[in-house]
Amino acid sequence: MKESISLTWRRIPERYRMMGSVCKTCNTHYFPPRSICPECRRKGKIEPFKFSGKGKVYSFTEIHAPPAGFEKQAPYVMAIVELEEGTRCTGQVVDATKDDIRIGDSVEAVFRKLLSDDPEGPIHYGFKFRLIK
Amino acid sequence: MRSVAIIGAGMTKFGEDWERGFRELVTEAGIRALEDAKISGDEISAGYVGTMASGSLVGQEHTGALIADYMGLNPIPITRVEGACASGSLALRQGILAVSSGLHDVVVVGGVEKMTDLDTAAVSQILGGAGDQEWELFLGATFPGLYAMMARRHMHEYGTTEEMLASVAVKNHENGATNKYAQFQNRITLETAMNSKMVADPLKVMDCSPITDGAAAVVLAPMEKALSYSKKPIEILASEQATGTLALHDRKSLTSVNAAKIASERAYKKAGLTPKDISVAEVHDCFTIAEIVATEDLGFFAPGEGGKAALDGRTKIGGDIAVNTSGGLKATGHPVGATGVKQACEISWQLRGERGAGQVKDVEYGLTHNVGGSGATAVVHLYKRGY
Amino acid sequence: MAGIVGYGAYVPKYRIKSETIAQVWGEDPDRIQKGLGIMEKAVPAIDEDSATMAVESARIAMARAGISPNDLGAVYVGSESHPYAVKPTASIVAQAIGATPNLTAADLEFACKAGTAGMQMCMGLVDSKMVKYGLAIGADTAQGRPGDALEYSAAAGSAAYVIGPEDESLAVIEDTFSFTTDTPDFWRRSKADFPSHGGRFTGQPGYFKHVKGAFTGLMEKMGEKIENYDYFVFHQPNAKFPLAVAKQLGVPKEKLKDGLLVPIVGNTYSGASPLGLANVLDVAKEGERIFVTSFGSGAGSDAFSIKVTGKIANREKGTPLSAFIENKQYVPYAIYAKLRGKYKGM
Repeated sequence: MKESISLTWRRIPERYRMMGSVCKTCNTHYFPPRSICPECRRKGKIEPFKFSGKGKVYSFTEIHAPPAGFEKQAPYVMAIVELEEGTRCTGQVVDATKDDIRIGDSVEAVFRKLLSDDPEGPIHYGFKFRLIK
Repeated sequence: MRSVAIIGAGMTKFGEDWERGFRELVTEAGIRALEDAKISGDEISAGYVGTMASGSLVGQEHTGALIADYMGLNPIPITRVEGACASGSLALRQGILAVSSGLHDVVVVGGVEKMTDLDTAAVSQILGGAGDQEWELFLGATFPGLYAMMARRHMHEYGTTEEMLASVAVKNHENGATNKYAQFQNRITLETAMNSKMVADPLKVMDCSPITDGAAAVVLAPMEKALSYSKKPIEILASEQATGTLALHDRKSLTSVNAAKIASERAYKKAGLTPKDISVAEVHDCFTIAEIVATEDLGFFAPGEGGKAALDGRTKIGGDIAVNTSGGLKATGHPVGATGVKQACEISWQLRGERGAGQVKDVEYGLTHNVGGSGATAVVHLYKRGY
Repeated sequence: MAGIVGYGAYVPKYRIKSETIAQVWGEDPDRIQKGLGIMEKAVPAIDEDSATMAVESARIAMARAGISPNDLGAVYVGSESHPYAVKPTASIVAQAIGATPNLTAADLEFACKAGTAGMQMCMGLVDSKMVKYGLAIGADTAQGRPGDALEYSAAAGSAAYVIGPEDESLAVIEDTFSFTTDTPDFWRRSKADFPSHGGRFTGQPGYFKHVKGAFTGLMEKMGEKIENYDYFVFHQPNAKFPLAVAKQLGVPKEKLKDGLLVPIVGNTYSGASPLGLANVLDVAKEGERIFVTSFGSGAGSDAFSIKVTGKIANREKGTPLSAFIENKQYVPYAIYAKLRGKYKGM
């Protein structure tokens, strides 16, 4: 999978540190960040917000047919994680197989390589999740 | 606003079509629809075509102009419409709006996708563009993966089983065996489906629709003039579209596609019908779980009961409601842009009583349900005989 | 003098046993285990590299330090396996912990002692008040040529140290001393996948000469003696060398125990002595003293005299190294080869 370096660079705050946003009008947290609060629209007041990276597994799967660039990582576990601030996001769960994970398990964000399939291209880093036992 | 009818329908044989490219597929479907409608190209005043990813799959954009050119329809306007896997139904909806408004009389609507010119990994990545590229796909999710997470949640909340999922595939292969246009016309057993290779746990190969080349087309005319073209026009009672969040993780529920619920509720209301009135439905079974969720969202079964209903045979031909008599996306194949239009073809043929071994008895009302991505776009159409 | 305000250490989850590697090459597992003193080594996951492990350890160090990332004035990452040949690991780490943009950052390389070199650089910056705090990291995903003796030891791990003012430190660095010569005992040319080494030449003229040089140099400089220290950490390319050098120097074996991780994690290169120190800090009490001597081929040694303060209670704010060491999963050689990219065509 190819991603332009400018796009990767633009997403560094979100991918490295889970920088999202919060609407100060309704106190809804957004990750990835949004510039318009869908609840309040133009009445909303959006500010940056750093997520803790902690949450619970809402649903999960184990990918056996990976997209281009992820072949070496497969099989790998993906989950939708309910973050403790109250929004959900998608991410890989590291160091685990489907037999290790259940809905409701606690996770925390870790920093890993997302994609580095091109030996002469940039390495894309970002958040994944780790089960906390 | 005028009522609109389908006066002709045609499609290509779906499958891995090594001989024909994008333009050959779409022109063949178009010609078949025109022949079915028994009209000449001179009578057409506009066209709409649904294709999701021609630019990535075959390197060709500007497909509206290409089709007008290769159909010999210059200079009529043909416009491309895109809404991921719902592109076909969106094109149909644009055609309906154009005729309904009175702007055009006879409109041709096509859907097409040429998918096998690239390898599977490349195609999965392109289809991934139907989800959130930056926040789902680039992080390693795949479309089977997203639907697998819907399935896992459905299993968690309602006790749906892998056997229930597999029963959808068995039924759709059964139906596909009656459809000469289907990619797969072979019957499969529950055991075969359950033992197929894992794709994204718990979804296996037999839970997934295939990669397919194909095209489908319908011709639309105002209902008031439809009988002057066709002896068997099919009236479109409602055309409703709704959206939901692009990313699956932002949905309030993973066990229901809210956009499909809203679109179907509005469609039933517009047509003055209820789910009980529908006897045949083509629903978007890109994955087996998607059909189970669809039969719940469309009100055929209560939330959580779709899986059991499928296993109990209630969605077979002759059951409570015949779902995916064409074989669905699973057996007919899923050339993404073509699927929505193919669904309209199948329902037209069912209402016209032309489906042979796959014919449902006493059909009065039909429904199509076409979904883009993991549910960010949903389009529902309702049909009845116009003769 | 400056001190350690926070520290963190990380080893990945996967392990391969020496026995498993020995079987592949027809070696006697007992002889390998006894000879090198390595039972198993840590293997990084397919999506881990020196940068990701550096971030893991840095985040723990920052949690223990309890300082704002904006107060970090310098980040140095020492490694012989930086993910890029050109492009800093340090900028990735600085960004990932939120320390950018107002700081200096650079990558260091000095075989296995680039981590301790970073600590000395941070000490200089802190003591000169050029920065308030500096972050020094030793991280490696070291590779050994398949079948080479190094394959049993070359492991993955990272340790990070926030260096800051003495009065904020959980352990004060009382003094440091280095010993450096040009000694070609071990190297890797820029386009080579695996390092080369001088076999037995790595011992006496390499490891032993430099470790002893730095050790005695610092002892003499400070007028100190072995009895005044509770723990000793030596660079640990295997278990044999640190035990042998301790014996030669007269250091009691039991004072090495907490800082000797090589038998269970392997040689983590730039991470090795910093990981040993982190494991000691996880158990040390206020007032106890630690003597650390690193070694990097090429060759040089950095020695440190460290005294634990009452602020050591801050270690509770971070995950202890033992948690990572105990959370392990063994892999067979074929999976290890996949994880380490040893298959041609990958």
